[in-house]
Amino acid sequence: MSESVSTFAFIVLALASIGSAVMMLSTRNVVHAAFWLLGVMVATAGIYLLLSAEFLALVQVLVYAGAVAVLVLFVIMITLRRREDAIRPFEPGWIGAAISAAFLASMYVAIARYSPRVTDMPAKAPGVEEFGRALFTTHLLPFEVASLVLLVALVGSVWWAKGAGDK
Amino acid sequence: MTVGLLQFVALSAVLFSLGLYGVLTRKGTIMVLMCLELMANAVNINLVAFSRFVTPVEMTGQIFAVFSMVVSAAEIGLGLALVIALYRKRRTVELEAMQELKG
Repeated sequence: MSESVSTFAFIVLALASIGSAVMMLSTRNVVHAAFWLLGVMVATAGIYLLLSAEFLALVQVLVYAGAVAVLVLFVIMITLRRREDAIRPFEPGWIGAAISAAFLASMYVAIARYSPRVTDMPAKAPGVEEFGRALFTTHLLPFEVASLVLLVALVGSVWWAKGAGDK
Repeated sequence: MTVGLLQFVALSAVLFSLGLYGVLTRKGTIMVLMCLELMANAVNINLVAFSRFVTPVEMTGQIFAVFSMVVSAAEIGLGLALVIALYRKRRTVELEAMQELKG
């Protein structure tokens, strides 16, 4: 027994996420780039749905498309107050392009040569209930450590943003 | 064409390279942070895809992706707080303004 991913849905979502990422890097306005990043995140949530990870898709929309996008837009509007500040000159950066192209080529070789050829999706995909049970029983300690990490990040970012050390 | 693990991993590699290009070339701190989020996102796609195709019952990859999301949310929060701290001191958010540790 196996399932398969809808090819049409996958191609649409992959083109949407790659296209949004390319637009995010090619636009000169930082505010527009933040909205294109939002597009990438929503397309990724769709890809999680294809992989039957419903909880992760929900968290993706809540955390990335909701919280992170709003946070980024707030910081852009606090720090780049005038409209001209948000418009950046075109920065092609050929060395960076060469490095990332070399990285992509090496990844391509590695994937083509060593990746397992799994095309059949296993039929059994546990739902949100099983996921929650695994998260709160097997992985309880990492879960608590993760909440501690978030607490430290919260305190640290408030302390930095209010002007640490300024009298 | 059937969509298998290979296609998801390839998508993730393309998104990661785009993020890497942005991190290496942009000069504004906010753009660099957004590109870092793009890279974290690509890694999460990889984790979830391997989880679905290789260990569908244990869901190890999905659990790991949750923790990875926690860390990248903490990272973007701290990074943006650092951007605001930089803006308070220097009135700019360019990466060139952060050169005090340069030898």
